[in-house]
Amino acid sequence: MEVIKVENLYKQYRLGQVTTGSIAHDFNRWWQTVRGKEDPYEKITGLNNREDSGSNDYVWALQDINFSVKQGEVLGIIGRNGAGKSTLLKILSKVTSPTKGNIKIKGRIASLLEVGTGFHPELTGRENIFLNGAILGMTKSEIRSKFDEIVAFSGVEKYIDTPVKRYSSGMYVRLAFAVAAHLEPEILIVDEVLAVGDAEFQKKCLGKMKDVSGEGRTVLFVSHNMAAVKSLCTKGILLQNGKVIIEGAIDSVVKKYYGGERDSFNYRLCNYEVDGFHLYSVGVKNSNKAFDDEIIRDREIIIEFNYKLEKDINGLYFNIKLKDEEGSFILTTLSLGEINIDIDSNCIKMVIPAGFFNEGTFNLDLLVIQKNENGYKSYIQEPDFLSFDVLPEERPLGTWMGKELGFLRHTFEWKKLLK
Amino acid sequence: MLHDNTNKNEGWTEVIEPKRSLLDVNLKELWRYRDLIMLFVRRDFVSVYKQTVLGPLWLFIQPLFTTITFYFVFSKIAKIPTDNVDPILFYLSGITLWNYFSDCFSKTSNTFVANAGIFGKVYFPRLATPISIVISSLIKLGIQVLLFAGIALYRVYFHGAQISINETILFLPILIILMAIMGLGLGIIFSALTTKYRDLSFLLTFGIQLLMYATPIIYPLSYTSGKLNKILSYNPLTPIIENFRYAFFGIGQLDIQGLIYTSVFSITVLILGVIIFNRVEKNFMDTV
Repeated sequence: MEVIKVENLYKQYRLGQVTTGSIAHDFNRWWQTVRGKEDPYEKITGLNNREDSGSNDYVWALQDINFSVKQGEVLGIIGRNGAGKSTLLKILSKVTSPTKGNIKIKGRIASLLEVGTGFHPELTGRENIFLNGAILGMTKSEIRSKFDEIVAFSGVEKYIDTPVKRYSSGMYVRLAFAVAAHLEPEILIVDEVLAVGDAEFQKKCLGKMKDVSGEGRTVLFVSHNMAAVKSLCTKGILLQNGKVIIEGAIDSVVKKYYGGERDSFNYRLCNYEVDGFHLYSVGVKNSNKAFDDEIIRDREIIIEFNYKLEKDINGLYFNIKLKDEEGSFILTTLSLGEINIDIDSNCIKMVIPAGFFNEGTFNLDLLVIQKNENGYKSYIQEPDFLSFDVLPEERPLGTWMGKELGFLRHTFEWKKLLK
Repeated sequence: MLHDNTNKNEGWTEVIEPKRSLLDVNLKELWRYRDLIMLFVRRDFVSVYKQTVLGPLWLFIQPLFTTITFYFVFSKIAKIPTDNVDPILFYLSGITLWNYFSDCFSKTSNTFVANAGIFGKVYFPRLATPISIVISSLIKLGIQVLLFAGIALYRVYFHGAQISINETILFLPILIILMAIMGLGLGIIFSALTTKYRDLSFLLTFGIQLLMYATPIIYPLSYTSGKLNKILSYNPLTPIIENFRYAFFGIGQLDIQGLIYTSVFSITVLILGVIIFNRVEKNFMDTV
């Protein structure tokens, strides 16, 4: 059963300062409407594209958005900053209205665009629970019946009669989230709540969202955190410049998000020919996956070289250097000893153990040299030969969803010794 | 948040659309949020006096000091007569009523700007905010009316002040409701306009001050004559003040015609206000 249906949704914004010029525009708009004509500013509206500094005063933040959500689905809305995610959420939560089109909804909606909306610093925790709950749409008796649960969930029992201005920021957020978590809407809209709070808070937050969807209720979730999106959502839509680029299973949408956004590619065709060694492609992938699949960090990663030979070649060394996005070197690896390849072979690969990389973007410098009687000969020397993204793995709910620091995240062996 | 105004055939409970009709006030929805309105009232009341030593006593101090000031400036220095009514009671009655109107008007007039933070994050019927202000001001008025009654008793017993309460005092609730309606109506009109044009909020501050002098607060209507008297009687607040003074002090006369005029004016302003407020509330986040 469809519970949300978005049809031909448009949202227009005015750029720049809203000042004196706006009176003239308002008047003109009103005058044209009186005369039964179209809105004169609708036509000249530019696309929502931050790079394009067009001269239009108006911009479409959303254009022709169509999608529907079924009951019990957890829909992830992803896209980079400025793609229109927040605008869409604002319209869904009735904070602002669309310019054209409509959204049909079945059931009660609660939106969490922020936790602690309407908290008053002078009021006590108890008073704020009631105030915030009512702002989010609960009645006093609903709040009263859940009051003890909310307080227990927040873990601030001791301070419940203290003004919230004396709370630490952590306590404040926990209390605010506790109220929100006890809403019982049929449809829940959540925006980047994960951005605040510590690991424990994230855990509670995501766990609660999972519970909500488990109860057959519908969740719309906007986040930049792909690990969280992938773990939580069943379906996704990708917004770009105010338009829906793709709608479908969450994995394919996340893949498109990465694929559509970066200049890197996991696979590169090339044409090097030195001394009968003909290298025609190099690629990075998870083992048992294709090159155009995304690379997930907790699986074995393979760097594969495809070549053709006119003769046997001995004494090759493969040197691979990895750099981060800023070009700082992270890792150098040299093939162990000489590699001899014979004419029948066409592929050689380097295997990187599962979980070696942290998530991130890596640039690869390639150097292939051959040792012969005259010393070393450089076969291929190609900085920034290719670039690939390693994506976060799906994580069990209840674990930390943020990005770990560092570029490498290998797990090492730990030994207990008796001395 | 459930609306019942939509296509029942498909079972949609709510449709979000660009425009709504002129007077689409969802009173049912507003009623469902009555708890929120009362919590806002409580918040406004509690938060103002937290961390003050005198607390709600300030509700007494402000009108008393204003009255004393008026007494010296207008009665002692300017020698403006008060129709043989005890000047202290005369000023205090005017200030008490005026404060209610001016609170309703000025505090609701920045509804959108002052609440942009909340309004930008969560939906609830926006009218809940100005309505809560009118109610919390009403509580303040109630307390100040008690103060007025106390001072009146004191003046009567110890200073021989004359009062003559008659049965038209029963109109008092109507007078208060009229002020509430007018203040709310004007306030939400201004609140809608100030989202785009902030200039108006400057205009409003001294506009309300000027309006007080254009209302017979510190002088009786009978003190004016000719053209001025005529202009003053067009002020819809004049009948409210005059009728109250008639009911309490027995001065002037009962002005039913004036009250009808004020009622028509107030209700028109409120309807207009709600229409404008409704239009603005849907998109004000884009301009505020």
